[in-house]
Amino acid sequence: MKQPVIQTSELCIGYAGKGRKSKVVHDGLNLDLFPGELTCLLGLNGVGKSTLLRTLCGFQPPLAGYIQLQDKPLRSYSQSELSLALGIVLTEKTNVGGITVYELVALGRHPYTGFFGRLRKQDRDIIERSLQAAGIAHKAQSYVAELSDGERQKAMIAKTLAQECPIVLLDEPTAFLDVAARMETLMLLRRLAKEQHKAILLSTHDIDQAIRMGDNLWLLGKDLPVICGTPEDLILNHAFDSFFGKEGMRFDPSTGRLNPDATLAPVGVEGDPFTSHWVGNALIRNGWKPSPVSRPPYIRCIDRHQIILTLPGGTQKTVTSIRDMLAGMTENSVTDDGMVRC
Amino acid sequence: MLAGASLAVSGLLLQTLFRNPLAGPSILGISDGASLGVALVMLSFGGSLGRLGDGPAGGYPAIILAAFAGACVILCVILYFSTKVHNTVMLLIIGIMIGYLASSLISILNLYAAADKVHSYVMWGMGSFSGVSLGQLPLFTVCSLAGLLPAILLIKPLNALLLGERYAANLGVQVRRTRMFILLCTGLLTAITTAFCGPVAFIGLAVPHIARLLLGSSNHKMLLPLTLLTGSCIALLCNILMVVPGTDVILPLNAVTPLIGAPVIIYVILNRKNIQYFH
Repeated sequence: MKQPVIQTSELCIGYAGKGRKSKVVHDGLNLDLFPGELTCLLGLNGVGKSTLLRTLCGFQPPLAGYIQLQDKPLRSYSQSELSLALGIVLTEKTNVGGITVYELVALGRHPYTGFFGRLRKQDRDIIERSLQAAGIAHKAQSYVAELSDGERQKAMIAKTLAQECPIVLLDEPTAFLDVAARMETLMLLRRLAKEQHKAILLSTHDIDQAIRMGDNLWLLGKDLPVICGTPEDLILNHAFDSFFGKEGMRFDPSTGRLNPDATLAPVGVEGDPFTSHWVGNALIRNGWKPSPVSRPPYIRCIDRHQIILTLPGGTQKTVTSIRDMLAGMTENSVTDDGMVRC
Repeated sequence: MLAGASLAVSGLLLQTLFRNPLAGPSILGISDGASLGVALVMLSFGGSLGRLGDGPAGGYPAIILAAFAGACVILCVILYFSTKVHNTVMLLIIGIMIGYLASSLISILNLYAAADKVHSYVMWGMGSFSGVSLGQLPLFTVCSLAGLLPAILLIKPLNALLLGERYAANLGVQVRRTRMFILLCTGLLTAITTAFCGPVAFIGLAVPHIARLLLGSSNHKMLLPLTLLTGSCIALLCNILMVVPGTDVILPLNAVTPLIGAPVIIYVILNRKNIQYFH
């Protein structure tokens, strides 16, 4: 059994107000962060993801409860001890245009260097290795201002590597990134967790990528107890189902996606799996509910150019694209029940 | 030269601390605060105490103290607002407003003061690097160095602060202590120069930018010494420009510094996006 590097018990986070009026953001948090794993903190805006991260970083005192960091309580750490234990990456763009990536990563050696911040040979080696590990070594001599958003996050991650801390906390590191850069960042973080045996915790909005890339998820919901576990376990437990529930949408456990509520009838879909899958996607978007029922209306997918639509009453219609299929469904106002065969 | 260096360094410290390229002792009202302190002393205790050039040297400690106190009060007010207002542009506007407030207080003081006191104050207010006589030079030097040396010691945390306070704290910097230290340094440097040379505008604001442009980096390890040097050079240059060629007319210092400072600042604002040397 792995030993957690961060452990919280009955942690209460929020803001201490004047007098007795303190604002509790979340209460009763019992969390474990394990080394060698990428943990994703998922939750809607305002549930306290950032507050939790700030509390774990020691920027904000907990209102109640206990945080154990490695072998001793978080509050017994001094500022400099803490800088050796955990490194952070924040959402906001750091506007440090005027220094090079190398200098930025060198700042990660700050806790180790002496009074004037002179870098020794050993420090330079570590900086070099961190740049390599984060895949940003080729940009070492560029100014930070010249980097793309994704590269800048890599540089910040390299900084935490140079800090050589066993724990890395990232507050929505992928928020400003495009899809590819997001994936790249998550792959990098996962690799670092595995190769360097780091405990990595990041907060994100991206359910899809968290499910695919996270070793572990922490689901933080408003006024709900936090749920932790391997993504697939949580899906199979239906832990997700009520989680992102808002009016008019629903988490679909079979695809791991948030879908609009079905307002129209179930429509049977069968046939070629690839085509069926995307026919289903089009149906969901339009409010139908793809299902295995085999009475009309139903859709039989032969291949992507041959979709047979069976309408209520038994009339059949062969269409060659999903656009035509949707048009056929709407024209014949398939609203009650039916099946579309592909 | 020391005055130029002092102002330039205090400008650099403020720009890093507030993470704002337009911060500077004159913009944030710190010079005005120092002036207010000086005005209080000069106008209430008499021009003989404060008259520059021929005043007894004993008057200077009082003026310096007053300037330092004035600068520190303004710094504290600005610092208080900086915890409330996170938008740096708003903070600058607040700084400018506080500056105006201080100047209006000075104007009111002027109204009630005797004419000769006002005259000596106005002369002081024009600003002049030649205000420091040889006899006062040692005191001035000691005080400036007392402000400049800690600034050099601050290089390491200053670099961490480039990333912002959160990151700096995560790198083990005692942010609160460093901030206090920086503000004290700035207050001292601004106060000394203001006390001796009058409120000098623009040098503190413009020189760090000139240094950054020259160096092409915000790394304080190189930037701080270069700012020191550039500050001194610009101060000398201003001093030379003050003397109108071929005549005996000497321009007030504050008529000269904007000639150099203002174009630099406008250039900086226009090129904010293009110039990478910025925070």
